[in-house]
Amino acid sequence: MKNSKYYLIIVLALTMVMIAACGSNDSSNNENKEGSSDSGDSAASGEQVLNMVETAEIPTGDPSLATDAASFIVFGQTMEGLYVLDENDQPVPAIADGEPEVSEDGLVYTFKLREDAAWSNGEPVTAHDFVYSWQRALNPDTGSQYAYMFSGIIENATDIMNGDADPEELGAVAVDDHTLEVTLEQPVEYLNSLLAFGTYLPLNEDFVEEKGDSFGTNSDNMLANGPFVLTEWDGSGLTWKYVKNEHYYDVDNVSLDEVNVQVAKEPSTAVNLYETGEVDRTAALSAEYAKQYANHEDAATFEEGSSWYLKFNQERNGEETPLANENIRKAIAMAFDKEAFTEQVLSNGSIPTDGYVPRGLATNPETGEDFREESGSLISYDVEKAQEHWEKGLEELGVDSLELDYLSDDTENAKRTAEYFKDQLETNLEGLTLTLENVPFKNRLDRTTDQDYDMVMHGWGPDYLDPLTFLDLYVTDGANNQASISNEKFDQLIEDAKVTYANDSAKRWEAMLEAEKILVQEDTAIAPIYQRGRLTLIKPYVKGLEEHLFGPDYTLKNVTIEK
Amino acid sequence: MARYITKRIIYLIITLFIIASVTFFLMKFLPGTPFQNQERLTIEQQEILNAKYGLDQPIPVQYMNYMLNIVKGDLGVSFQFENQPVMDLLMNRIGPSLQLGVQAMIIGTIVGIALGVLAAMFQNTWIDYGSTFLAILGKSIPSFVLAALLQYYIGVKLGWLPVASWNGFSSSIMPTIALACFPIATAARFMRTELIEVFGSDYITLAKAKGNSRMEVAVKHAIRNALIPLITVLGPMAVGLMTGSMVVEKVFAVPGIGEQFVKSIMTNDFPIIMGTTLFFAFLLTVIILIIDILYGIIDPRIRLTGGDK
Repeated sequence: MKNSKYYLIIVLALTMVMIAACGSNDSSNNENKEGSSDSGDSAASGEQVLNMVETAEIPTGDPSLATDAASFIVFGQTMEGLYVLDENDQPVPAIADGEPEVSEDGLVYTFKLREDAAWSNGEPVTAHDFVYSWQRALNPDTGSQYAYMFSGIIENATDIMNGDADPEELGAVAVDDHTLEVTLEQPVEYLNSLLAFGTYLPLNEDFVEEKGDSFGTNSDNMLANGPFVLTEWDGSGLTWKYVKNEHYYDVDNVSLDEVNVQVAKEPSTAVNLYETGEVDRTAALSAEYAKQYANHEDAATFEEGSSWYLKFNQERNGEETPLANENIRKAIAMAFDKEAFTEQVLSNGSIPTDGYVPRGLATNPETGEDFREESGSLISYDVEKAQEHWEKGLEELGVDSLELDYLSDDTENAKRTAEYFKDQLETNLEGLTLTLENVPFKNRLDRTTDQDYDMVMHGWGPDYLDPLTFLDLYVTDGANNQASISNEKFDQLIEDAKVTYANDSAKRWEAMLEAEKILVQEDTAIAPIYQRGRLTLIKPYVKGLEEHLFGPDYTLKNVTIEK
Repeated sequence: MARYITKRIIYLIITLFIIASVTFFLMKFLPGTPFQNQERLTIEQQEILNAKYGLDQPIPVQYMNYMLNIVKGDLGVSFQFENQPVMDLLMNRIGPSLQLGVQAMIIGTIVGIALGVLAAMFQNTWIDYGSTFLAILGKSIPSFVLAALLQYYIGVKLGWLPVASWNGFSSSIMPTIALACFPIATAARFMRTELIEVFGSDYITLAKAKGNSRMEVAVKHAIRNALIPLITVLGPMAVGLMTGSMVVEKVFAVPGIGEQFVKSIMTNDFPIIMGTTLFFAFLLTVIILIIDILYGIIDPRIRLTGGDK
């Protein structure tokens, strides 16, 4: 009995320690809270403060390693490359001081850099910062998953990336502190948009080397050269802040003093935070909330740059699938109502599309017309025509019914989408049975890589602002083809757009228009469905938030709070 | 006693070792790579990355390396949070989860025991029915439903407590209630059944015969005996809190470990999967150990060691 009392004390003591440990956590949080309420008070006295929701943590603060939208959003606020995207998603010079000098063959670009650009520790941003950053991203030791963004663009990038050449051999040289000379493998029309991409951002060598492996793992281990500095990010936490960067060259045009970000992964949480006025903007709402808030006065929709379509696998386990038949593909591509789908199932500002390349991505270099507009409707919903093709296709295959797999993700949205397509296709095409397979994302990737599917719901977003980022997926044996799609004429047109007409933008444009026509209208290798949109709630007093279809989802540089 | 605890600690290490091994091999069956940008990477690029992270080696070699590192106390580096040591991530995230778990456990058992005692003492009255009803309700409402309801009515409609975020004690109240519901129900149910049984036993009759009041009998004699079976369910209850916390943390935007666990599996973040699994396993085995020790304290009939007098 005496013993047992002693142990009881031990157990109690342990419990107290645990509670105390948590308690101390509490008090530090309280301090934080006081800190933020202080700033809340000063907001009343004229400080510009924005509170917003994000849906995911920041995976990394290292631009060379970043792969995630959440990271690129951070860089969109804290860093600037040679170019940035303006409110119309056009790349405009940022750290570059005006447009570069380009050699006649379009291969050598000489950039003059702004002399007033500085890092948040006061060091100047120099040409060397770009050379260092690009070499680092390409170095296999770094493990960058976006290193391929340099490949085929900058001289020797591919060899360096694959470990066959020294990073020093990269075709990017700092002539002096403020002159950067970039040598390309071939002329690239969309170079400016690449220069605005996260992986092309500069890095301060001294700082990165000093931090070593801990570079980018929390806000103290990061440097900014953009409008804001990231603060109070502990590396995996659900809250962080942006504060105005006093070293930013254009700081006079930045109105916001502070931005508080709270991660809320549950859509209902984000909406509730918005409803109580704790945040001024939600992130994109999921379908069930989008539907509910579509007519809300604060709802804002934006067309993203990603294109969604059914991809038909023409060869499975070394054998042709029924989808190798053109009529079957066309029948399926015409047999579903896209408009009803985007309105009733997605209802988040997504728009139905009859083409592959999304709207808003690129414009005709001569007329300024949007690629999508000029290319027009390539294949549309038409049940009668679909049924004609279907009959013909079945006849050619010598069967009277078909069973096909439909592969997609296992999110709520993907499941609802799958059910919609099953219903539409089975109703409109007699004798078709779809087997729905909703699997986790990684599983889907594995199965598409192995070509172990019949059709898959596939979405693709741009790596740069040019139709090629979509079209070149489907060249014969392309790494992301994964459906045995092959057409010699298409391959030739893509080659033309990439190499032959690299310096002739008009002909290049023509080639890309024709390539899309072959892919979608003639061959119907894929069946376009929609261009994804996002619906957010944003308080009317938040002005000037710019959304982008490429790179960071939005930029806050020009935001003002007009209460 | 000391010998007993040493023995248990050795068992604990063996258990952890087995759990680590099984998890390691199961994890290798997960489809895909841990690379977020997998879809856009060429095979060559994936191979280069695999080589960098040692994923190109045969699985037994990877297993050996991993185990050796664990012994050295190195849990590796996360994939989704580039270059973040798993240990740091766990440390950042454990605090809130532990706080919620402990709070929910304390409130759950205290309220649960109180409800159970009331129900047993006033058996077959409205108090009993009311408490049973609450218990059934608490057991059948999933914590995430309760979390969403609390958030909407108390956070948004009434505005009494913060909707979400993690700022001090007030923001931990709603998640604690959402989590405590299940322990309350479990404890109340057990307490009631056990007490009713104990009330029927001879020594209680004796205590009553000695002239003790109803209250004295219950507090001094009955409750202590009725507690023993309850302690048995504390372990499973703690596990229930861990799994429940995954959803509750998400709803209330609590920077906890539960939610991170699910995400690490979805993204093939091998080191985090291992780290969190080991952490949960460790926590569970320690809780069970504490419960076993508690047994001896509450019930002298249960001896931990044979010869010890």
